[in-house]
Amino acid sequence: MIDSSSGLVPIQAYLLLAAILFCIGVWGLINSRNAVRVLMSIELMLNAVNINLMTFSSYLDGQLIRGQVFTVFVITVAAAEAAVGLAILLSLYRNRVTVDMERFNLLRW
Amino acid sequence: MNIATSTELFCFLVLATVIVLGSLGVVLLSNIVYSAFLLGGVFMAVAGLYLLLNASFVAAAQVLVYVGAVNVLILFAIMLVNKREEMKPIQGIRLRRFLSGAVCAGLLLLLVRVVITTPWNLPGPEPIGEEATARIGEHLFTDYLLPFELASVLLLMAMIGAIVLARREVLTSDVGTGDAVTQGLIEQAQSPFLIDESST
Repeated sequence: MIDSSSGLVPIQAYLLLAAILFCIGVWGLINSRNAVRVLMSIELMLNAVNINLMTFSSYLDGQLIRGQVFTVFVITVAAAEAAVGLAILLSLYRNRVTVDMERFNLLRW
Repeated sequence: MNIATSTELFCFLVLATVIVLGSLGVVLLSNIVYSAFLLGGVFMAVAGLYLLLNASFVAAAQVLVYVGAVNVLILFAIMLVNKREEMKPIQGIRLRRFLSGAVCAGLLLLLVRVVITTPWNLPGPEPIGEEATARIGEHLFTDYLLPFELASVLLLMAMIGAIVLARREVLTSDVGTGDAVTQGLIEQAQSPFLIDESST
């Protein structure tokens, strides 16, 4: 079994990886014009947060692993969010016959 | 450097490369189907990272929920809304991309600085490793019991909400003329409730 407390991979490497993943997700969230890709970017950001939680759980809270419990809850909420988001997307597509984010301006003015 | 640590480092580097390149592909590729499959790859690589972090239960949950449910849901959504449409070019898209890229790079710089300058309290307590699953179960049924029950209520609400939002209204008479309409909803090419705004 790999013991991460004395392992070679430092905690900063995991945190930097999560930061990069989060920033890519933010960029995709802002710049995607396809609504499905926006949902994918949100999933990327949630995964980055999960990596952070798991890293802290393993390196700093190895006995109580509260980070793992939080990750389980985040996964639950992410599943619910994906289901509702895609249902909203389908309903929008039925009314607008497009997935272009620039044309979803129902609540804009 | 013994063989365990070098293996761990090698696995981490491979998984990190897969995650970064895969997420870049998810965001940048023009074909949305490729993006969805790359997203599945990224989820699998994240599950591998969880294994490196002594969390087998959460890695299994990640594979089951993200790859098995969320990714399949996204693929189904792509299949249902799969219409080749030409996105109208909007002015200033390059400037917008550049500005948002600068903002994201700034956020990344901030996070990197925080990660590097913080004095982490290492080494922490010894990870419990394979007993993590039992410990998560204890947590869920003692001090995290209320969030656990609330999560079940949340999932029920999300399920009912998704059904209500995504189902098609079934009317027995046409809204415009009052005539009876057939119920072959999927085969029906043009339902009276579909307002096609692409032609207007």
